[in-house]
Amino acid sequence: MNDREPAVELDAVVLAQGPRTLLADASFRVGQGEIIGLLGPNGAGKSTLLRALLGLVRPRAGRISVLGRPVRPGATRVGYLPQTEPNGQFLSAWDVVAAGAAGNRLGLPWRGGTARAEIDAALAELGATHLAGRRYVNLSGGERQRVRLAQAVLGRPALLLLDEPLVSLDPAAQAETVALLRAIRARLGCAIVVSSHEINPLLPAIDRVLYLARGALALGPVDQVITTKVLSRLYGAPVEVVRVGGRIFVLPGEATLPLDRAG
Amino acid sequence: MLHYAFMVHALLAAGAVSVLCGLVGWFLLLRAEAFAGHALSHVGFTGATGAVLLGLPPLAGLISATLAAGLAMGGLGARIGRRDVAIGMVLSLALGFGLFFLHFYTSYAAQATALLFGNVLAVDRATVLALTGLCLVSLAGLALIGRPVLFAAIHPEIAEARGISPRAIGMAFLAICAIAIAGAAEIVGVLLVFTLLIGPAAAAQSLSRRVTVGLVLAPVLALGQAWAGLTAGFYSGWPISFWIAVFSFLTYVLATMLRPTEP
Repeated sequence: MNDREPAVELDAVVLAQGPRTLLADASFRVGQGEIIGLLGPNGAGKSTLLRALLGLVRPRAGRISVLGRPVRPGATRVGYLPQTEPNGQFLSAWDVVAAGAAGNRLGLPWRGGTARAEIDAALAELGATHLAGRRYVNLSGGERQRVRLAQAVLGRPALLLLDEPLVSLDPAAQAETVALLRAIRARLGCAIVVSSHEINPLLPAIDRVLYLARGALALGPVDQVITTKVLSRLYGAPVEVVRVGGRIFVLPGEATLPLDRAG
Repeated sequence: MLHYAFMVHALLAAGAVSVLCGLVGWFLLLRAEAFAGHALSHVGFTGATGAVLLGLPPLAGLISATLAAGLAMGGLGARIGRRDVAIGMVLSLALGFGLFFLHFYTSYAAQATALLFGNVLAVDRATVLALTGLCLVSLAGLALIGRPVLFAAIHPEIAEARGISPRAIGMAFLAICAIAIAGAAEIVGVLLVFTLLIGPAAAAQSLSRRVTVGLVLAPVLALGQAWAGLTAGFYSGWPISFWIAVFSFLTYVLATMLRPTEP
């Protein structure tokens, strides 16, 4: 990958799951070092799009490139945080992270000095060194996200794909996790695609938003995408976007009161 | 007791099998597939009774049946930990066929008891060699795939994204598991396979949050239980499988009580 190549590039991609079309003819680019918020209602295909970027779901048509190469599973410079929690939660946080260190190579699960240093560095990067010895099951939601993000940044990826990292976190832990995203980008310079069904907690971190609904998408700065006009077009039904105190609310239907329209 | 050849054979066979079972069980619990292990042992009963009916050694029938079932379960691909109804139905059918085969066998009761509760003192030199060889091959296999098995067990989705096929790894692991279970059935009987497979592994997971420590502790505990059971059986004259079951349970309960608390 050279400096000009995008981190992610989709060219006329069609993604489908059974009879349902999740993405019809999508083309877009994510630049290196960009943080993209992947938004959309439940079932819109946010997770499927992330899995397609990992090479785990094949598009029906079109071409997906990741870090300048055609997508394929096993790309080592792509970090991934799935929605589900890890198994083996009786293990220490260190061991949960370590399981992913070159875990696809054959051999005994013993870790050499280099691998151990890499794991320690990833935990330090996320400010999770003090959690390393504790059992994963005893960690709080925010602490778990630190540990899981440490596993995702092992091997210093150039692209991070995060599937709903804020779900089921309390507001404080959400803010803590979002701050970590900026810190990771500052340290590693990697592009981050982070999915969420709620935009407000992500606002401080994201450069652009990719909104997915009913097989269509819109990509751009938050102010240009999260608008009454764009979202009504995506949903194929009237929705109202309201901004209150720096936060954004998407309400179904048309306003009956003269609200402060943004769009 | 070491003056008796049958005791030496029993100690050797139980030793090889218990070390393998401790290790396999630790991974099996991590994959949340304890019930699959239970089912495999029952399928083994059918294989053994079928073999006896055909005039073949029971061990050959045990291993062919558990291996076939293990590969089939692994081939289902998706994590089988949650398919407990389907597994339960298959194991019931397997036991039914086991009874059917026994029905045509003349020395019904003695054979059934030996298969269900084990008959480690009847293990001859040839069987010791066969069991030890099988265990060594399985241990070598587990050493080879230990790292990807650990990765896929703790982070199934990330492992898949890294190019580890859940189906391939499931089949390879359950094949090794099948050999461990067939061995354990030869020692403690199909009904008490859990005493060597699950008991020591569960105790090890209570006692240590480290992968490395757990993978040493589980086989050591399993070996300790097996040899303590043989010794107690030799001096008391009571069934060895009974003693192994008692020691397995005591180890499990003690480990649960001694589970280290978080700092």
